[in-house]
Amino acid sequence: MSNRRPQSDGHMYRPEGLVFEKSASGKRGFELPPLDVPAVNVKKALGAEFARDEVSGFPEVSEFEVIRHFTRLSTWNYAIDLGMYPLGSCTMKYNPRVNEFVARLDGIATEHPYQPIELSQGCLKILEVLQDCLLKITGMDAVTLQPSAGAQGELTGLLLIRAYMESKGNARKKVLIPDSAHGTNPATAVIAGYEVENIRSDANGQIDIEQLKRIVNEDVAALMVTNPSTLGVFEQRISEAAEILHKAGALLYMDGANMNALAGIARPGDFGVDVMHLNLHKTFSTPHGGGGPGAGPVVVKKILEPFLPTPVLAKKPDGTLSLDFNRAGSIGRVRAFVGNFGVLVRALAYTLAYGPGIRQATEDAVVNANYIRKNLEGVFDLPYSSPSMHEVVFSDAKQKKFGVSTMDIAKRLIDYGFHPYTTAFPLIVPGALMIEPTESESKEECDLFVDAMRAIAEESAENPELVKTAPHSTRVGRLDEVGAARKPILRWKPKPSDKAAD
Amino acid sequence: MRYLPKSPSERQEMLSAIGVRSAEELFASIPPQFRLKQLLELPGPLSEAEIIEFFTKRAAENSVGYTSFLGAGVYNHLRSVVTDAIIQRGEFLTSYTPYQAEISQGTLQAIFEFQTLMCQLTGQEVANASMYDGSTALTESVLMADRITGKRRVVMSRAVHPEYRQVLATYARNLDIEVVEVGYTALGQMDLDALRGLVHEDTSCVVTQSPNFFGVIEPVAKITEIAHKLEALSVVAITEAVSLGAVKPPAEADIVAMEGQSFGLAPSYGGPFVGVIATRDKFVRQIPGRLAGQTVDGAGRRGFCLTLATREQHIRREKATSNICTNQALCALAATVHLCLLGKEGLREMAAQNVAKTQFAADLLTKIPGVKMAFSGPVFNEFVIELPRSVKIVNSSLRREKIIGPLAIGTWYSELSKRGLVCVTETTSRADIEKFAAALGRALAEPL
Repeated sequence: MSNRRPQSDGHMYRPEGLVFEKSASGKRGFELPPLDVPAVNVKKALGAEFARDEVSGFPEVSEFEVIRHFTRLSTWNYAIDLGMYPLGSCTMKYNPRVNEFVARLDGIATEHPYQPIELSQGCLKILEVLQDCLLKITGMDAVTLQPSAGAQGELTGLLLIRAYMESKGNARKKVLIPDSAHGTNPATAVIAGYEVENIRSDANGQIDIEQLKRIVNEDVAALMVTNPSTLGVFEQRISEAAEILHKAGALLYMDGANMNALAGIARPGDFGVDVMHLNLHKTFSTPHGGGGPGAGPVVVKKILEPFLPTPVLAKKPDGTLSLDFNRAGSIGRVRAFVGNFGVLVRALAYTLAYGPGIRQATEDAVVNANYIRKNLEGVFDLPYSSPSMHEVVFSDAKQKKFGVSTMDIAKRLIDYGFHPYTTAFPLIVPGALMIEPTESESKEECDLFVDAMRAIAEESAENPELVKTAPHSTRVGRLDEVGAARKPILRWKPKPSDKAAD
Repeated sequence: MRYLPKSPSERQEMLSAIGVRSAEELFASIPPQFRLKQLLELPGPLSEAEIIEFFTKRAAENSVGYTSFLGAGVYNHLRSVVTDAIIQRGEFLTSYTPYQAEISQGTLQAIFEFQTLMCQLTGQEVANASMYDGSTALTESVLMADRITGKRRVVMSRAVHPEYRQVLATYARNLDIEVVEVGYTALGQMDLDALRGLVHEDTSCVVTQSPNFFGVIEPVAKITEIAHKLEALSVVAITEAVSLGAVKPPAEADIVAMEGQSFGLAPSYGGPFVGVIATRDKFVRQIPGRLAGQTVDGAGRRGFCLTLATREQHIRREKATSNICTNQALCALAATVHLCLLGKEGLREMAAQNVAKTQFAADLLTKIPGVKMAFSGPVFNEFVIELPRSVKIVNSSLRREKIIGPLAIGTWYSELSKRGLVCVTETTSRADIEKFAAALGRALAEPL
């Protein structure tokens, strides 16, 4: 592999060692206030059976070394704050800083989930306002904020469906999932105790209504559908699908991963959806943080409300808020405490910033996706010509002729200063390039992206090797992922010689 | 709107380039009856100052100014401002799951360091990149034990956090997992005789928590021995991670499910926290969630990438080990920074301070007439006291003195009414403890 990095790397750009490699006995990065009660002998207090000597191998570094270590590491990351992050289906939008500020306020960050309800009214009010906003945006009737992330929201939704079906006397056996769905959908259905029946999309990548009519029977509990679909296309016959399901006593689950295309424009509650989860770390701007934390509230129609996880937010006759733990039909808890409260705070701060103007954000997201589509159509293959909403899916069919794959193009995009788009998903598009710019990108940034993609298309034809060996500008090249999986090294260990010296 | 980077004329220019007159046309694929004709009636729009004002008002409606003795899975520990400064760097805060390894080395290396720290702390050989929280980590550990053993009967201590047990019950119901509970002794530890009778050949695992919900440290080695005798796995939950600075780690156990909130994360009314699963190398392919591994690039430079992804939902779909996608990366980063700051000596000292303050508090409180320790087993920083009257009545008296008193555990254990769980950490000053003891004495002296 060609290594085009300048040879005279500055000190700052050298690989950063592991914190354990900087450790030296006797250094520390934190001091505690002196103990103001009599010290005790821990060994005596806990007993020799239970007391620990020391944590072997634990790091010993100073405060400033910690700052430098992690600041240097941070410079090895790409981030939304640095540039466009067009990961389809991930909705990488601006994460407002005021959200971080309010989540850290005294009286917000400091609150304990078991403190008396009288001293938690502020927290509960935050939950109440957020619930109300989410219900208005989705057009649904009731909500739980408890699920930790989208996948847990999905599970909660399916458990609600199961509880509802059981209340009707038959839990049913199957959940139908389109072949365009996110991988979590089938994984979740299994944990909810259902068999998965995959259904094929029609020629336009949409739900095949005729097929649905044939397979929906009293064994089917629900259809899980993402709308707009993972092609970024609105499911035009979604209300017909809902009718077919409802007629057979089944329910319609909507994966809300793509709600950024609908907020303020259309409400799932209006087109027949019975239950859906929202990803607050997508549509509602809470930071992805390198892979979490998220939050995955679930909104439902009235018929599913009795089964919501406990506790449920309740209002007392005097107007104060409380938590209701006593609900006979509930599916139970899906996690401890009320949920990822700090994430909920951020999502509410975001929603309040826009208010009714959230429609403008949705419009801008759709404008950006269509602008990029228009400018790249013809340069890249567009497998489905249906109108795009917040994201557009191309394929690498034109570049494949030169031996260049979607992954190669994605890696080359890094050299142009962009994070790659989503590669190889949805599965119904071989060699997919799934591009979601979000509303946070300016025209200028969209233009730069288009320029980069056009340049890479040219390179793919003229100099495919350049693309296939990308990225060339990063501090590490393509990593040996096969080797990593074959002989996993998942933790640092002291060298045998260090151990002897310990 | 301040978050949107387009001028009206740029918007128009982009629409023209697309070939439409208005944004409305771009939504033509939505059947017209489902398109909203007016704006939603949402509160806002609010400026930055108004957002801060809204949340500051909510904060004032909470417990500011009160001294709390609550723990029970959420702990107040010292946190350095350094941690927050690091995790608010945009490069960490606003990056995605590190699938594109070449431009995610910061997050990946930090996860690798997190995994290492978690192994060192728990005495286990491999740890994942984090789970949602302790409760879901425990549930996923039990599902993992079931996959490994091919059995579906779980024997669980009643002294495991009640909400953790409830979460497992929610998941277990539809997976034909039977959960059998085992009681506790006067020490507040798992009843080992009862355990011996309950572990059978069809048992997948024995689940315990140490320190347990009563604050009592469990004899994990003995419990594990009993489990192993009948080829069941030993699963240990830890809700108070700071205990690992003083308490022997559950190295004998097969799977450790830990809540890492105590490592630099605010209580935040219950989340976001950081769950951990640590286990033995031989079980690595059954572990749920992300794993970061060390590897090299084409030029032989060390680098890190997500690995063993064939266990995961985006590859395996319905055959995945779990449906989890995200971890709690930013929380795991906070814990990593926090632990690097504390270091070997800081963690040991913090843990020792917890033991000292707890002993001081226990001594002082049990001097009050009618107040007794409910259990006699060794504790770290929590303990159950028995009161001569209802904990709820006592707590309403304490509240008048701006004290949030012990947690009434009779809510979950009907046989333990009049018992309260007290938590004391290094953040609780001697003066706070003395004030609490004096107020408790006065509360109990009040006529009923």
